[in-house]
Amino acid sequence: MSEGQEDKRIPIFVDDEEVKVDPGTNLIEAVAQAGKEVPHYCYHPKLSVVGNCRMCLVEMGMPGRDRATGEPMLNDDGSPKILWVPKPVIACATNAAPGMHVRTESPLVKECREGVMEFLLVNHPLDCPICDQAGECRLQEFATDYGRGYSRFIEQKNVKPKRTRLGPRVMLDDERCILCSRCIRFCEEVAEDPVLGFTDRGSYTTLTAFPGKELANNYSLNTVDICPVGALTSTDFRFKMRVWFLKETDSIDTESSVGCNTVVGSREGKIYRITPRRNDHVNDTWMPDSGRALYKEVEAENRLAAYSIEGRPCGPDEAMSLAATLLKGHRVAIVGSGRLSVEEQYLLRRVREAIGGGPPTFLVGRTGEGDGKLLSADRNPNTRGAILTGLIDELPKEDLHDLAHLIAEGGVDTLLVAGEDLTMAGVTRDQLKRVQIVYMGTHHNDTSSVAKVEIPALTVFEKSGTFVNQQFRVQKFAQAVPGPKGVLFGLSNFTRLLDTLGGGKRIAPSPANVWAEMSGDVPEFADLRFEDIPRTGSVVDDARFAHLPFPEGPGFHFNPKRAETIAGA
Amino acid sequence: MSRANGDATMPTFSKSAPHPKERRIILANAEDPDFDGTLEAYEGRGGYGELKKAFGMTPEDVCKEVLDSGVRGRGGAGFPAGMKWKFLDRRSGKPVYLICNADESEPGTFKDRQIIHKDPHQLIEGMMITAFAIQAKQAYIYIREEMPYGARILDEAIEAARAKGYVGDNILGSDYSCDLVVHRGAAAYICGEETGLIESLEGKRAYPRIKPPYFPAALGLYMCPTIVNNVETLCNVKHIVAMGGGEFAKIGTTGNTGTRIWCLSGHVQKPGYFELECGKATYGELINDLGGGLLPGRKLQAVIPGGSSAKVLRAGERFTGKLRSGEAFDWGIDDIPLDFDSPMAAGSMSGSGAVIVVDDSVNIVEVLANINAFYAHESCGQCTPCREGSLWMKKITGRMVSGGARREDAALLASIGDQIAGRTICAHGEACAWPTQSFVAKFRDEFEAAAERNPDEWKNREFRLV
Ligand SMILES: Cc1cc2nc3c(=O)[nH]c(=O)nc-3n(C[C@H](O)[C@H](O)[C@H](O)COP(=O)(O)O)c2cc1C
Ligand code: SF4
Ligand code: SF4
Ligand code: FES
Repeated sequence: MSEGQEDKRIPIFVDDEEVKVDPGTNLIEAVAQAGKEVPHYCYHPKLSVVGNCRMCLVEMGMPGRDRATGEPMLNDDGSPKILWVPKPVIACATNAAPGMHVRTESPLVKECREGVMEFLLVNHPLDCPICDQAGECRLQEFATDYGRGYSRFIEQKNVKPKRTRLGPRVMLDDERCILCSRCIRFCEEVAEDPVLGFTDRGSYTTLTAFPGKELANNYSLNTVDICPVGALTSTDFRFKMRVWFLKETDSIDTESSVGCNTVVGSREGKIYRITPRRNDHVNDTWMPDSGRALYKEVEAENRLAAYSIEGRPCGPDEAMSLAATLLKGHRVAIVGSGRLSVEEQYLLRRVREAIGGGPPTFLVGRTGEGDGKLLSADRNPNTRGAILTGLIDELPKEDLHDLAHLIAEGGVDTLLVAGEDLTMAGVTRDQLKRVQIVYMGTHHNDTSSVAKVEIPALTVFEKSGTFVNQQFRVQKFAQAVPGPKGVLFGLSNFTRLLDTLGGGKRIAPSPANVWAEMSGDVPEFADLRFEDIPRTGSVVDDARFAHLPFPEGPGFHFNPKRAETIAGA
Repeated sequence: MSRANGDATMPTFSKSAPHPKERRIILANAEDPDFDGTLEAYEGRGGYGELKKAFGMTPEDVCKEVLDSGVRGRGGAGFPAGMKWKFLDRRSGKPVYLICNADESEPGTFKDRQIIHKDPHQLIEGMMITAFAIQAKQAYIYIREEMPYGARILDEAIEAARAKGYVGDNILGSDYSCDLVVHRGAAAYICGEETGLIESLEGKRAYPRIKPPYFPAALGLYMCPTIVNNVETLCNVKHIVAMGGGEFAKIGTTGNTGTRIWCLSGHVQKPGYFELECGKATYGELINDLGGGLLPGRKLQAVIPGGSSAKVLRAGERFTGKLRSGEAFDWGIDDIPLDFDSPMAAGSMSGSGAVIVVDDSVNIVEVLANINAFYAHESCGQCTPCREGSLWMKKITGRMVSGGARREDAALLASIGDQIAGRTICAHGEACAWPTQSFVAKFRDEFEAAAERNPDEWKNREFRLV
């Protein structure tokens, strides 16, 4: 709360303890602000409220007022008399009002939760050991926390379809579905592709895709994330790894300049899945399906894992010194990438300075149609980093015709390529063969195949660093898995090359050190330390670049349509 | 418009002479053998006179008469109609809608259908007066899917009324316009719950809405302020305008004004529907006089006083307490006055006005099994307690009447009911819990004895486990 601004928050009492919340806050959030939990299934902070699971029942009361006089009613001890609503209310659809009292631990509330848990379990298969959701299942968790722990159900359970294919990436087990309708609401409200619905009635209600439709949109896997149980599973991930073995690492989706916040799940150096990480300023709790498959590039067949000279494997030092020889004293052109991290882009700039002579520097622009959601038109995750760090000072073009022209004119002896395949950007293999190429990259491609020196690089999953997204938000990602054996760690490729070129003071190859360097060099980063960048990122000033015609439209930010949508689907 | 005589496929409905204890207002024309329900016949009896009268008044005055009449909703909850209209929240400036709830599907209820078939114009007139009073932009009749003839009759009657300027543009030459459309329901009990009905009318699954925030009076049809009233309630509006609210309030008793049509079914000699002045007759008179009493040689076992969801009353039970007036009462079933408040004072409700009589020829567990099968089938499945609880109770009572009863089932059933009532999105939660809760509480002995019964003694073999 900034100074001079009036505190509009209202006091409510959660189990007699006062907490101040914004007016209109629902009781699930309000109780959370009081440091307590109201268990819930159907409520999702980013979806409309339908109130169907009834797990969030609490007791609610308001200070009484005398009907005739309008005066507050008082107890004998002078405290306000609370008139409790006789029935429990659902916290998700009840908004805080001044003086409201809430009981979240009373015998009635406890009994309500036990009842709902028992009901949810009577027709649920109790075979957690073979369910893929085990370990991150709300039903398991709340059964343990709020259930009775035994069953009174001796009848036969309902039978429903198992292993239904909802779409190319999502599988459905209807027997596990607790009919919370989160997935349906997501498809309607966020993906705007309403293909899911319920058929049949009562306890036989069954989730299904509408006839002739499938759940195939590029956001379909978010339904798997928000499904509180093991009903929806990812075709890619299911039954590959128990979730409790997964190490979770914060990362960033590199598909576009949105920079969805993600979590990478890995075990023993192998990545098993990528899921979204909540950032209300960037991607809420969602991410595109396409970004979840990116981990596959780590173990792709064409992965570049060894230093080499003209195809002959060598050690990093040998590669570096030949690179330096090719760069120093020659007519050089540099191709950087909007996929490099801020730190790499900055170090590449320093490499350019060490080469001297102001070699022309190019970046490959990548644009696509923005989907109005979490894929922006700029398909580079870090175009802004390249501009901020001074690697380039104009927006990149989609093609490298200017470079091709320069090569054709005979103006280039050596090309330093970091992270791009130039043949995809309008430079032909024949043109490339006329120059000597120092290639740094994660994968083999047509450019590396004609390179003199190949320097294997790390993917976003194998290093730490930052990207700057379309909002000029600096976002951190962390190393999830080790890089290929033999590849220099972290930023070492760049710092080693810099040293070999005689780039002056040595920079230790960690992002924190590079940031310490940058703070004196990049005005926007002057006050920012790597360690201080929060998990949700840090927005830097974009005034210097306001004139640049960035390709993105307005960024995505989903607003839940609370007041306008209604229960069910 | 000769629907009654022209169409051979249209079912004919018999008419009944009034019992001396009946007071027919709503059914006055409908049950008259000389009245065929056409517009001409209706006009011949002064029909649409009240519409004209209402158009000579201000909408506020009409609302005031209805408020003064004290008329309560006949659909189940018994909420005063005038008060409901007053709660219309017009602040959004959105159009107001009127919906007639003709989904009549509470087991034991068959009164609205009689009105629709025999006297459709009475409903249309009541609706157009109401529409004018609340200044509705559009009115709907949501009629139960299983009443195809009723829908046709209403369609034809509306056409006729429109031709005469009673419905549609510039009604009676005024500058008020309101169209009336018949919408056939989606064939589910839950379509009668008013917010489920609204969802269904919007073309969606009849999933009842959470209240708050979706009170129809503020966020109803298409999120616009909406009034939903039962067929019989809307018919009463016509008579309130005819007599004036004050005069209407003199029929019946304080707080229980007007007449009510009671639907009597079950083990009686003459089941049927009877229009009685509220509070002026008792359940005993309905069953024994108007209904001709029990079948020969049979003893009363139970009465369900207001539709199958109402809590059961056991023969021989005494009901004591104090009325709102402060007067003490001590009733047996037979003594309970037929009105809104008395069945409630006896711990149950008058609900939809359906009185179901159960004699000693059946086992009470079978009765509950039957009721449970209905509510499990009709739960919309949206919220957990009703969805899972209703089917669980059905499975238990189904097992019991198939010879698999256990002594502990009674306590289990009661506890399941307790876990449903008061914790659901809509009142279907209560509707499915109340029978179980009350049957088990009042017939505990029978439920426990079921465990001792020889499996072959059960009649209801169809209640196999499902
Ligand atoms: C499960 C359920 C079913 C209902 N079915 C009907 C019905 O078939 N007809 C009806 O008029 N009201 C029915 N109601 C009551 C309506 O929700 C609503 O209260 C009524 O239409 C209001 O009209 P009234 O005030 O004129 O009674 C039902 C309520 C519930 C909870
Ligand atoms: S499948 Fe959909 S409705 Fe079923 S539990 Fe999962 S999110 Fe909820
Ligand atoms: S109480 Fe039953 S009928 Fe009503 S919304 Fe819940 S599940 Fe549907
Ligand atoms: S979270 Fe409130 S009802 Fe589901």
